Amino acid sequence: MDTVHRTKFAILPLLLLGTMVGVPARAQINLSGVWQNQLDEDFPDRLAGPELGDYAGLPINAADRLRGETWDASLITLPEYQCRVHPSDYAPSFADFRMWEEYDRETQNLVAIHMHHFAWATERTIWMDGRPHPPDYALHTAMGFSTGKWEGDILTVTTDHFKEGWVRRNGLARSDRAVVTEHFIRHDNQLTWVTVVNDPVYLTEPLYRSRDYVLGLAGQIAPYPCESVEEIIRPKEAIPHHLPGTNTFNKEYQERHGIPVEAAMGGAETMYPEYRSKLVGAGVQPK
Amino acid sequence: MRKPSAAGRAIALVFAVAGLACAQPAAAPPDRAGNRGGPNRGAPAQNFDAVEIQTLPAQGRVTMLVGAGGNITVQAGNDGILIVDTEYPQLSGKILAAIRKISDKPLHYIINTHYHGDHTAGNENLRKAGNTITGGNVQGDLGAEASEGAAVIAHNNVLERMSGAIGGQPATPQGTWPTDTFVGEEKKMWFNNEGIEIIHIPNAHTDGDSIVFFRKSDVISTGDLFVTTTYPIIDVAAGGTINGYLDGLQKIVDLIIPVYGQEGGTLVIPGHGRLCDLGDVLNYREMTTIIRDRIQDMIKKGMTLEQVKAAKPTFDYDPLYGTTTGFWTTDRFVEAVYQTLKK
Ligand SMILES: [Zn+2]
Repeated sequence: MDTVHRTKFAILPLLLLGTMVGVPARAQINLSGVWQNQLDEDFPDRLAGPELGDYAGLPINAADRLRGETWDASLITLPEYQCRVHPSDYAPSFADFRMWEEYDRETQNLVAIHMHHFAWATERTIWMDGRPHPPDYALHTAMGFSTGKWEGDILTVTTDHFKEGWVRRNGLARSDRAVVTEHFIRHDNQLTWVTVVNDPVYLTEPLYRSRDYVLGLAGQIAPYPCESVEEIIRPKEAIPHHLPGTNTFNKEYQERHGIPVEAAMGGAETMYPEYRSKLVGAGVQPK
Repeated sequence: MRKPSAAGRAIALVFAVAGLACAQPAAAPPDRAGNRGGPNRGAPAQNFDAVEIQTLPAQGRVTMLVGAGGNITVQAGNDGILIVDTEYPQLSGKILAAIRKISDKPLHYIINTHYHGDHTAGNENLRKAGNTITGGNVQGDLGAEASEGAAVIAHNNVLERMSGAIGGQPATPQGTWPTDTFVGEEKKMWFNNEGIEIIHIPNAHTDGDSIVFFRKSDVISTGDLFVTTTYPIIDVAAGGTINGYLDGLQKIVDLIIPVYGQEGGTLVIPGHGRLCDLGDVLNYREMTTIIRDRIQDMIKKGMTLEQVKAAKPTFDYDPLYGTTTGFWTTDRFVEAVYQTLKK
């Protein structure tokens, strides 16, 4: 082989290599890593837990308000409720999570993005391969069934097939018919996770939440074991709940913070800034 | 049991006119054989031609078939095929085709969870497509007839009601009747290398309900003792009661072992609706208990049925299960709870 030919053959692999390195990533941005929850916003709701009877700023309907009013926190002392996991649309409210990508070895196409959340060690899969959602008679889960797509650098996820969950963990239910849209927005080492809950059963408008995270370069997620025990001896079939009109705890929040009943009881109107003007002079006095 | 009250008779009539089809709130009710032209002549006929039988593998040897009546559970293996409930006769061909995609082995057993037509009207057609396992003396005494058709297993009250012996309703065609009945708490059998428990729940949806537990596959087929589509359906005239229904839900909960929290592990095929696991049954038990407790409290306060209805004891669950039209309206549910608590 002469010199010229040798040169040609030498260039080909280089060209191929160049092509391979330069393939534009189908995933527009890498979200892999451990993301650490920032608790600057809505702290009581997110860590201590919401107060009973605080439905302010939530677009709930009257049916959900009654779910909240008749809910008894003692429900979660039942052994079969103790290890119930936070659904994927409520998990962003607190704690860290890990995200990682799964690629097809041959094509290097992005198949899925996986998430592991600290709380109850829940894991979910966001399918990125264009597969359809399951039929309506398929199993519903706390994580739901998720498919994702890239909108520029934003990962947008659609989730359905939920188990019943909660709008706020003080008794306000989110139904199993909800469809949730999420946006994962990364700016350098900051991540904003936006959750939009559409629930035709218990919400009159979509509920928007945004949560912030920082990439933890040395981040680790601790295990989260949960074992049910008998906490209270009670008749086997008893379900703790309040009969309508008998829950006295629900007024504590209004009274403690001096918030008018209508505002505390929530509804779409209470989400918007203009609602403040309605409250002038309407408040009860804090004790 | 006490004689049914006037309201009890009204509910009995509803079940009779609706052809004993449950959880069909939107569709015109079929008659007891599943035909849409008998007692309910003039109602728009359901277009069975348009119905497709959907197949969803549950786990282990068990698959769920979804069509127009109650869900069908299929268990298949080397011994053959066992199914739970049979939907409508008009769908038998499609159901058999769906079963054949799972297994080409013979259909040996049909189990009926209760007597309602949307779960049993297809018995005759599907039974004929199978055969009963026989041999020895049985085969010798009865000849080939002994193995004709699959065996149809149910609690004895299912036969009593389908044959018209109790309940005061005309008998269904004899070919749809159970051939192998049991009394008492349960019947156990071994088929396809797994133990199967047919567990009777007294006075729940009817007086002849069974749930079927596939122990190795870890799947429970509940019949209408659990549905995801409507409020609990209680056939008061056929011995159903709200407290029996709750006992049934509790029994299902007791049998389930989840992987973690409320999910995975034992799977549940409801009478109508989607494939489920523990969390779904717990939510349904929670709802049913809460509404029962509210109505019980109203009865204790001396409220009449009309006052109870006006107080809307189901208000917070109505967007999920409530309806004012079709077969199982919210009012009928409240009536059934009220009546059976008053007894
Ligand atoms: Zn039924």
